[in-house]
Amino acid sequence: MSAPNNPYDPVGVSALEPAAVDAAVQAALVSIAKAADLDQLKSARLEHAGDRSALALANREIGALPPAAKAEAGKRVGDARAVVRAALDQRLVELEAERDARALVEESVDVTLSTGRREAGARHPLTTLMELMGEVFIAMGYEVAEGPEVEAEWMNFDALNVPPDHPARTMQDTFFVGSEDSGVVLRTHTSPIQLRAMLARDLPVYVVAPGKVFRTDELDATHTPVFHQIEGLAIDEGITMADLKGTLEHLATSMFGPGVRIRLRPSYFPFTEPSAELDLQCFVCLGASVGNPDAPCRTCSSEGWIEWGGCGMVNPRVLRAAGIDTDRYSGFAFGMGVERTLMFRHGVTDMRDMVEGDIRFSRAFGWEV
Amino acid sequence: MRVPLEWLRDLVSLPPDVDGREIADRLIAAGLEVEAVESVGAGVSGPLIVGRVLSIDELADFKKPIRWCQVDIGEAHGGVRGIVCGARNFSSGDLVVVALPGTVLPGDFVIASRRTYGHVSDGMICSQRELGLGDDHDGIIVLDSGAVGDDASALLGMGEQILDIAVTPDRGYALCVRGVAREVATAFGLLFDDPGLQLADLPPPGASVAPWDCGVDDPSMCGLFTLRRIVGFDPTAPTPDWMSRRLIAAGMRPVSLAVDVTNYVMLELGQPLHAFDGAKLTGSVRAGRAAAGERLETLDHVVRTLDADDVVIRDDSGVIGLAGTMGGLHTEIDERSTDVVLEAARFTPEPVARTARRHRLSSEASRRFERGVDRVLAPYASARAAQLLLQYGGGIYAGMTAWESPYVPTIIEIDADLPARTAGMPIDHATTTARLSEVGCAVAGDDRLSVTVPPWRPDLSDPADLVEEVVRLEGYDNIPSRLPMAPAGYGLTRHQRLRRRAGITLAGLGVVDVLTYPFTGHLDHDALLLSADDVRRRAPRLANPLSDEQPLLRTTLLPGLLAAARRNLSRGTDSIAVSEIGRVFVLRDHQQPDGTVGPLRPAVDGRPSDEELDTLEDLLPDQPHHAAVVLVGDIEVGGWWGPGRPATWSDAVELARDLGGALGATIIVRQGSDAPFHPGRTAALEIAGRLIGHAGELHPRVTAAYDLPPRVCALEIDLDALIEAAVDVAPAPNVGVQPVAKEDIALVVADSVSAADVEAAVRAGAGELCEDVRLFDVYVGPQVPEGHRSLAFALRLRAADRTLSAEEITAAREGAIAAAAGRHGAVLRGS
Repeated sequence: MSAPNNPYDPVGVSALEPAAVDAAVQAALVSIAKAADLDQLKSARLEHAGDRSALALANREIGALPPAAKAEAGKRVGDARAVVRAALDQRLVELEAERDARALVEESVDVTLSTGRREAGARHPLTTLMELMGEVFIAMGYEVAEGPEVEAEWMNFDALNVPPDHPARTMQDTFFVGSEDSGVVLRTHTSPIQLRAMLARDLPVYVVAPGKVFRTDELDATHTPVFHQIEGLAIDEGITMADLKGTLEHLATSMFGPGVRIRLRPSYFPFTEPSAELDLQCFVCLGASVGNPDAPCRTCSSEGWIEWGGCGMVNPRVLRAAGIDTDRYSGFAFGMGVERTLMFRHGVTDMRDMVEGDIRFSRAFGWEV
Repeated sequence: MRVPLEWLRDLVSLPPDVDGREIADRLIAAGLEVEAVESVGAGVSGPLIVGRVLSIDELADFKKPIRWCQVDIGEAHGGVRGIVCGARNFSSGDLVVVALPGTVLPGDFVIASRRTYGHVSDGMICSQRELGLGDDHDGIIVLDSGAVGDDASALLGMGEQILDIAVTPDRGYALCVRGVAREVATAFGLLFDDPGLQLADLPPPGASVAPWDCGVDDPSMCGLFTLRRIVGFDPTAPTPDWMSRRLIAAGMRPVSLAVDVTNYVMLELGQPLHAFDGAKLTGSVRAGRAAAGERLETLDHVVRTLDADDVVIRDDSGVIGLAGTMGGLHTEIDERSTDVVLEAARFTPEPVARTARRHRLSSEASRRFERGVDRVLAPYASARAAQLLLQYGGGIYAGMTAWESPYVPTIIEIDADLPARTAGMPIDHATTTARLSEVGCAVAGDDRLSVTVPPWRPDLSDPADLVEEVVRLEGYDNIPSRLPMAPAGYGLTRHQRLRRRAGITLAGLGVVDVLTYPFTGHLDHDALLLSADDVRRRAPRLANPLSDEQPLLRTTLLPGLLAAARRNLSRGTDSIAVSEIGRVFVLRDHQQPDGTVGPLRPAVDGRPSDEELDTLEDLLPDQPHHAAVVLVGDIEVGGWWGPGRPATWSDAVELARDLGGALGATIIVRQGSDAPFHPGRTAALEIAGRLIGHAGELHPRVTAAYDLPPRVCALEIDLDALIEAAVDVAPAPNVGVQPVAKEDIALVVADSVSAADVEAAVRAGAGELCEDVRLFDVYVGPQVPEGHRSLAFALRLRAADRTLSAEEITAAREGAIAAAAGRHGAVLRGS
């Protein structure tokens, strides 16, 4: 540093010469550009922008200049320092980005390593299928009705127009609870829930009733003593078989997609009159396999139709047993096997898979069907 | 019911080009469930030729007698051939069925010329079974007609179609060709001349013989009883081939002419008939009720002890048959019977059903009587049978006796527009009347119809029954589609929603839901170490279980899940977390395993009274929904990240807590010791002071009893109770935004004090500023006294409206320590 120039003695200061300033800037820029990492950049900053850098020292000499020269020299040094600062900042951004990128590269892993510390849980597909079917009806304003699995024989048979000694009682092989005369059975169908709904609810009644039912069949590929049905019931003024048909078509579409057809075929159930079997057009072959041995269909055994359930207009005798005015109200009811539905909707070929509790079966379906 | 098409064509004039498939389709649309259209002799291809046996050479050098036959099959087929045959039921001169080399029989059995028993057999003489015509393999078919060289296929009815119809219980009238023919005629718009209404021509009764006396002792059991008698019948007369073929095609086995005729007429007209040997009868033959304890040996050689409710036939010697079900052995016609007494009757359905069920005897006759036989058919059917017997077996007709109670036809009043209103499609009055007439009803009236039901349709009793007849014949396919408008519903109930939520929660926690059978037994109760007075031993019992070892209904879900776990293990899955949500069944205090004697059976002609409904409910056991989980092996799987972590009691408890939390219920955990759990590792789960379940590790003996590896953990909870205790409408929390103060305290307590109790004391003592308390460490070791442990809690303190002062924080901390000290003798560690 020079001594104060006092009294005024105009002398030249070499460090403020344009050449000297340019040289300092050039040296700084080279040094900054050559800085390969943040440490080298830090050194370059100290050397070329620090308090003892050439430009800083030059800046201090400005005071020694004659007043007329101060402004020009000040601007020159100021510009030079700004160039160096900008170069430093830019290089800092570059080097920080490089450092961050390198760190991420170094932290990379093989994400294809297997995971699965916790194994997946799952719901039983019959449960989720019943829920799914129930939701179709809830969306139409129905409610879900329930009833006991150990049921009064009166509810399971008598009130459903199946009197004692009626041949229909032998259609369904019944588990009797207590003794054969104690009036208690494992319900053989979900229809007693219908009756309970009629007894308990205000009219009109629109309910759907999924549940477990029991018959004395030994377990094999197509039979199980414990299985599930879903039952629907609508009691209102002016309910007709057309309402039944439209409702079942809606259900079929919901379950099997648009375009699937259903067929009602006259049949017999004591609790409905008229009664019908509900057939579903085979959604695999759409009937193309009928009479076509070259293209057999396993799903429908080349019949073109699959038996899905039973339905009909609630027998007025059942309505009367529930205290409903048959002159004013009529109703329809239907029921279908949930196992059957799962079997042909999802291609389950052996009933035993659904009841043996092998977790691989439930897990294959996950949480939804 | 199997209906041969050619028999059907006898009764209704079907166009020749209509085949079985088309008939089946129309019958299905009308409500007869045609399960299959079969062909007689399906699987046979190649020539079957009528041959005449010219000579038989008995070969005696083999283990069984063998015949070397020369059979003439006509010049066109090579003249006389040598054929080896093992059957013995034919003689020289008989006409037989020969399968020539190249013919294929059912089962892809190719006939070839081959050397056997020392001769080259140039074809095969066929039995019924070999041709797939029936079960008879006692001998070969001997034809009673045909000419040498003829195609035997036609004679045997090969290729003839058979409809196999599953007849529903209401359509008893379709258990005969006549009933099916009526439906076919309606379906094809053809006239139907009902053979059941035509009385067969019989010769006038012979002067030298008398009919057999009959009667009815109990008119409630039998409304019509008839006997026809033929004497001098030739018991050796063969059944004509055409009749045998039809019987075989219909699924029955020919026996003898007299028996075959009764079966034939039953199949044709629907009237079961029984043939007695008059020589074995004593006095008049009557229908009525058995006396309790009477005995009868039935045709199947079973001696049966009778019930006072059994409907029987008797003569002066006693009971001679179970009416409508099975005849008695000692009055049956046999191969020497010449005095045939034909019974045709109309027994009341319910007593026959009860009798058949009581004696576990379901026969072709009982199936028909249970469903209701044509009320007036008996004399027509027996006339037809007598005609056939006389024609093929000869003898002198001796006339008929009969007993009949007055027949009052059923008349149903019905609005003519009821079918249209029920179906939801236009059906005019004329159509309704026409359709009912086709069914056989007589219809009178215009807007309001008076419909007289035909005697073969006892199933038609209500207007709805008539509606079904009209609508099914109009075609269910023609019913339009419409969606009814249900009123706005409320969606799932709270219980339903939360039960579903419970299933989703467990699945989300890695548990796999399964569905197991609810059947269990005392062995399970013992294996679970249940005490004699454990409520879970109050299981309802099945009267007719599938397995004698599992006669009970489950009172706990665990046995089913343990068995499922065992099955998964045996199939190679080592780590298992399975759950089930389902009902269990527990007898109520007033209930016994044997059930109630003489339970209430309310009338069904109106709504039962509330008292009656309550009485019905009182019959039923408690059936709450439970949720249960069984954990076997690792709950966290080992892998490149490290070893697996075995499931422990705490995983079971955590599942329970999480389940409660998901439903909005805080489960309180206490130390428990109940079976089937490890007495030191059982959590009793409580809500609002009520015990609702257990979680923890299973007792080692329970694990061993179910053949599972050690340390199986489980949880079972009364889901209904949990749901009832859950918060209904959840109140919003006060989410504090003021700074939190964190304080840790370590308390030394005796081992006998449970952590949950200390935590509760800390929480209570810290006061309303306490936002959360968490146990973060448990220490046992030299720094705490013997028999004690240190429990370290982290407290989070916060006020809603201010930063807490140091004094407030200290007061809360001191309060927590004081409460733990006061309630449980806790000492601040290090003090």
